[in-house]
Amino acid sequence: MYETTYHRASSVDDAVALFGKGTEAKFLAGGQTLLPVMKQRLAAPSDVIDLSKVKELIGIEPTGDGIVVRAATTHYDVATSNVVQKAIPALAHLASLIGDPAVRHRGTIGGSLANNDPAADYPAAVLALGATIKTNKRTIAADDFFKGLFATALEDGEIITAVSFPVQAKAGYAKFPNPASRFALTGVFVARTPAGDVRVAATGASQSGVMRVGPIEAALKANWSAGAIDGVTIPSAGLLADIHGSAAYRANLIKVMAQRAVITAG
Amino acid sequence: MSTIKLTVNGRAVSVDVEDRTLLVHLLRENLNLTGTHIGCDTSQCGACVVHVDGRAVKSCTMLAGQAAGSNVTTIEGLAKGDELHPMQAAFRDNHGLQCGYCTPGMIMSAVDIVHRHGGKLDEETVRHELEGNICRCTGYHNIVKAVLDAASRMKVAQAAE
Repeated sequence: MYETTYHRASSVDDAVALFGKGTEAKFLAGGQTLLPVMKQRLAAPSDVIDLSKVKELIGIEPTGDGIVVRAATTHYDVATSNVVQKAIPALAHLASLIGDPAVRHRGTIGGSLANNDPAADYPAAVLALGATIKTNKRTIAADDFFKGLFATALEDGEIITAVSFPVQAKAGYAKFPNPASRFALTGVFVARTPAGDVRVAATGASQSGVMRVGPIEAALKANWSAGAIDGVTIPSAGLLADIHGSAAYRANLIKVMAQRAVITAG
Repeated sequence: MSTIKLTVNGRAVSVDVEDRTLLVHLLRENLNLTGTHIGCDTSQCGACVVHVDGRAVKSCTMLAGQAAGSNVTTIEGLAKGDELHPMQAAFRDNHGLQCGYCTPGMIMSAVDIVHRHGGKLDEETVRHELEGNICRCTGYHNIVKAVLDAASRMKVAQAAE
């Protein structure tokens, strides 16, 4: 790791001020991606500004029609939260599948979303659940937040403070994990709103990062059942192809994971 | 350079380290606690797992500065004098190690698993939750046996207290 200067922020305002003083500063949340990348010398921030102890960024609260998860809340705390398990059990389940226990003890929802790894789990939940991302400057709808591989709508120095998730009539997540990294080879989150709208998002599959899956959304809107997905064709154009699986393989995985997610959702 | 104050195995320590220092390096190189191992450079192997404020974390994926003010327990902090921790004893009795390189991380992860699940631990859960710890000798079978054995020993010990 190259030299860097560590700062522990005491508040969001403090973090913004520290960021402004650094020549090439980076925010550090759980550090489960940033630190490995720094160890590989693929990132060399002049300053790292630790958000993980900022009290206003930690916690989970129920709202009238959903839940708010503050940005520095760990995967472990989301997975084991009574509030999340009651309101959106599929979200708690998703958090329990990220990485391994030690990673879940440190990694945070805000860090995962700001990084937007194309195979990360949380982006699929945020997109399928139609969540809203709150920052220190504004609120951003999930559909406007993800901008491709490792790219988001966040501006330089903008900090995610919380994510609000609306309660669904049904929701489920299934992923085929890479057996070594536990990242999604393909993961699919399915959700049906109380009004009957259906949103389906796939992670790990597309060359452009997390994506909505229109054909499956249409099939499930007409008939919410795993069988309704049998006849759907997912085009393999634009899907990832690598040592782990071809684009056609991932196209099929999207269907299979969507079916498993629907079964989980009930 | 920064001065990091933290508690390690019940002892208050103060160490001057570069800001880029990882917790595992502080433990091994500044405090000579070499029981915590480094088995990879990619945060995947789990040989470096320690407890920070009661939670298992990979000490190679945490800056020393992030641990300032925290309570850290390493493999050296488990035994009471000559009396092994029930998890250490169970690993020995069940032949849960061969070369031993992954063992400190395995044991720290396993103790954390038992703390979180208590008496509700089954084989499937142990296998799922040991995903972050890699062993290249044992094939995991005896490790899983050791964790389940220790879980029942720790339950008995807890009931006796």
